[in-house]
Amino acid sequence: MTEVMDATTVRTSVDVPVSPQRAFELFTAQIGDWWDESHHILEAPLAEMVFEPFAGGHIIDRGTDGSECRWARVLAYEPPRRVCFSWDINLQWQVETDPARCSEVEIAFSPRPDGGTHVVLTHSGLDRHGPGWEDMRDAVASGWSLEQFATLARRD
Amino acid sequence: MANAELMIEALGEPMRREILERLLEQPRSVTELADGLPVTRPAVSQHLKVLKESQLVTDRAEGTRRIYRVDPDALAILRAYFDSFWSRSLETFRLAAEADHDQEGSA
Repeated sequence: MTEVMDATTVRTSVDVPVSPQRAFELFTAQIGDWWDESHHILEAPLAEMVFEPFAGGHIIDRGTDGSECRWARVLAYEPPRRVCFSWDINLQWQVETDPARCSEVEIAFSPRPDGGTHVVLTHSGLDRHGPGWEDMRDAVASGWSLEQFATLARRD
Repeated sequence: MANAELMIEALGEPMRREILERLLEQPRSVTELADGLPVTRPAVSQHLKVLKESQLVTDRAEGTRRIYRVDPDALAILRAYFDSFWSRSLETFRLAAEADHDQEGSA
């Protein structure tokens, strides 16, 4: 379940049946295996996603025509416990080049007693996207806009 | 791979929603479903075929009867579809991890 922690932070979690080490690898090196195909900015069909395994690296979408989109900077790369990247996407769903106007995504992997892993994803600093940032929060926090939901709830 | 959009399309037809709700109560055969509904048995079979194709429903033989039930994975996918971008992404991540885990188990 996705929660809105405070107005500018969104958090969601999931349990997976693999070790933290393996969960970390799946999340990073194999991001292309599970990332929603409909969520790419690139115009060309997607050839691959590359998650560079070091702080200072990028997450890169590569198109079949050789085009590239670097939509995230890897801010922390600490296997198997934590990975953090910037969300360099503006309100028009294009790459944001000003780091001051990017939010941050942190993923924490903690071992469970059953050998699996508890994965917590926190998307924070959403207000850095500037005026209208609530749209970005609603887009990542809810399939339906929270405003729409509030309207529905009021009508009920 | 099950597809939330196919499922939603399948559920656009009111009688299929009615059938799904009855299967959520308990697994049933075509005859049991048709008994409680204002449609013929062949019509129920036709709706079940669509629900099966969208992977909302699975069936298995039980003696001479075929019993239909709602696939719990399908419900998780459907729920995730209406949930947030991140919930949806973590749901596909979870499915990838489960597939990976199953593979390791059988290796």
